[in-house]
Amino acid sequence: MSCTCDKMPGNDNLIEAYPEKRAELEAYINSLPLSDSPDRNRGFLIQSLHKAQGVFGYLPGCVQLYVADKLKLHLSEVYGVISFYSFFTEKPMGRYKINVCTGTACFVKGANKIVDEFKRFLNIQEGETTSDGKFSLGALRCVGACSLAPVVMVNERVYGNVTAKLVPEILNDCAE
Amino acid sequence: MVNLKINDMPVSVDDGVTILEAAQKLGIKIPTLCHIKLDCFHVEHRCGSCRICVVEVAGRPNLAPACCTPVLEGMDVKTNTLRAINARRTMLDLLLSDHPKDCLTCAKNLDCQLQKLAQEMNLHQVLYKGEQSTYNKDLSSQAIARDLDKCIMCRRCETACNVVQTVGVLSGVDRGFEAVVAPAGYKPLNQTQCVFCGQCVLACPVGALTEVSYKYDVWKALNDETKTVVVQTAPAVRAALGEEFGIAPGSITTGKMVTALRMMGFDKVFDTDFAADLTIMEETTELIGRVKEGKNLPILTSCCPGWVKFLEHQFPDLIYMPSTAKSPQQMFGAIAKNYYAQKLGIKPEDMVVVSVMPCLAKKYEAAREEFSHNGNRDVDIVISTRELADMIKEAGIIFNNLEDSKYDDPLGESTGAAVIFGATGGVLEAALRTAADWIAGTDVQEIDFEAVRGLEGIKEATVNVAGLELKAAVCSGLGNARKLLERIKNGEAQYHAIEIMACPGGCLNGGGQPYYDGDTTILEKRKEALYRDDKDQKIRKSHLNPSIQKLYKEFLGEPGSHLAHELLHTKYTPRKNW
Repeated sequence: MSCTCDKMPGNDNLIEAYPEKRAELEAYINSLPLSDSPDRNRGFLIQSLHKAQGVFGYLPGCVQLYVADKLKLHLSEVYGVISFYSFFTEKPMGRYKINVCTGTACFVKGANKIVDEFKRFLNIQEGETTSDGKFSLGALRCVGACSLAPVVMVNERVYGNVTAKLVPEILNDCAE
Repeated sequence: MVNLKINDMPVSVDDGVTILEAAQKLGIKIPTLCHIKLDCFHVEHRCGSCRICVVEVAGRPNLAPACCTPVLEGMDVKTNTLRAINARRTMLDLLLSDHPKDCLTCAKNLDCQLQKLAQEMNLHQVLYKGEQSTYNKDLSSQAIARDLDKCIMCRRCETACNVVQTVGVLSGVDRGFEAVVAPAGYKPLNQTQCVFCGQCVLACPVGALTEVSYKYDVWKALNDETKTVVVQTAPAVRAALGEEFGIAPGSITTGKMVTALRMMGFDKVFDTDFAADLTIMEETTELIGRVKEGKNLPILTSCCPGWVKFLEHQFPDLIYMPSTAKSPQQMFGAIAKNYYAQKLGIKPEDMVVVSVMPCLAKKYEAAREEFSHNGNRDVDIVISTRELADMIKEAGIIFNNLEDSKYDDPLGESTGAAVIFGATGGVLEAALRTAADWIAGTDVQEIDFEAVRGLEGIKEATVNVAGLELKAAVCSGLGNARKLLERIKNGEAQYHAIEIMACPGGCLNGGGQPYYDGDTTILEKRKEALYRDDKDQKIRKSHLNPSIQKLYKEFLGEPGSHLAHELLHTKYTPRKNW
């Protein structure tokens, strides 16, 4: 990695823009047995971030800061956790999150070709979202369905024995 | 007690002690890299990430990291089996494979623990070659430079930043080969709540964190014939500079330092101690005023720019508490350019004020907007104790052979009260000495306030100042400051005056001081040296400094006067907490 400016958290202030979402997150965090001690609260960080991403869809700087303040942790620590786990994202994701499994079995069965086909159809790279906000494309490591390799997940739905030819069909399933 | 054998030698140690400490008791040195222990501050960083300290324990299949493996009864430890030596060398080899080999031009050359380890472990070639991490250098601040290509992920800086100082800027981010220590969002340091205390720089064993150097700017100023270049040296510098030249820690080298500065070409060699006395005049006036009125208490000291920035970020609601007095460094700059320049008959813009500081935050402080007038900074260039030593060496001056000489007048005259500014508790003690005299209206003889001395993080004392009971606290290390401020906010503690210094132990342990790599006995020696220097001074109270008295008579009028406020006082700005 040579340039780090793409890692800066976004400036979109979701906390102010969506008071009802903020209230949902706040209610969840308030239900946790938190204390004044960061050492105790640390254990609740991942589930709080999980909830926050569930509510807002992604975790820009303002959401990270909100969670940090609620748990009395430093923003740097929260960012450390978000940047470690690939599940967490700082960028807005599409309504349909396409994840191609690139685990060993799927890889051997040609997952790369499927990734390339999605890239071609959607005209985006891995880790990106289409400009209309409909699709984002990513890779994941093994969903435990190796007998169906290669596997593609779209949101919660699993497609097995996928070939490049099936890519348009999968995209067609993603009706608004 | 636990009994064990290390290299066939029996040793008994307390329960919970690590193999590393047990070996130290036997005089056996196990090499370490990521481990650091600061005894006098009760801080230990033992994340066990580097694996350099692995040893063989009989009956265990794996090698054990000595720094974080507790001893057990009957343990049989061998530190130098072939397996341990090979594992250590492999670890070092792997660390070096992802580390630049530009030791010759590295700022940490000869102060680098990784370099020292490679030498001690006789590693003469790097076997592993592969990809190396590359990052943009962070040169955004005036104080701390980050070159993460050199980071070895020991995470000592994180402990300094988050555990000791509770500033919370640095964190391990990303994963695997890309993992690195950075602020949230990879922000440059000048966009974070970093206070530039430089404790991370002291903690960094390699060249990943260093000061931003201004040595060349000083050489340029010294060679500019149109400029009058004056220098001020902070109290703590004299108690540590000698270490850079192999002089025993705890030696006061003021005389040699003054001679060296003159040889380097400074037109006038002055003392920040003078300005420390001036700070006491202003701050004590404010202290007595606020105590008498019973308003805005406690008064907090404002000499330390790291602490001031910490307050601005973390406790913006308490921003009315610090004294409005500028720090000695900034008072010196203001007086040099507005009073002394006038005396010399030169324009302020033709004078360059250089500071030698034990501190990296002073570099940031001097660049703060409120300390400039008409585009002229009060203090133009700030170098650290280490940088001064480098410059003396570069100038070919044989420091150890120098004769002593004295500071120039008038901004070089100072008192014992000023020199102890360099140790935690010193500012408060200096203020108490002056407050006692002013309140009693006599020359009070008991001036050693032992209760506020010592390197402990939080000290509390109720001192009788000429019949007035003053509740005072002294705090060093920002983690301790946070604890104390929380108690004040919650109404659990009440004081009249509190001294706070960002660095544990005070300026003598500043981020710009010579590296001591965990040997905190050196800090004790620096502290003792400062108090010895105080004892040796004829005048030990700030208000009795004849040059200070003259300054008020000739120029400023009274402490707290309109002109004093214009030149010697400042204000603070609430800042975001991230």
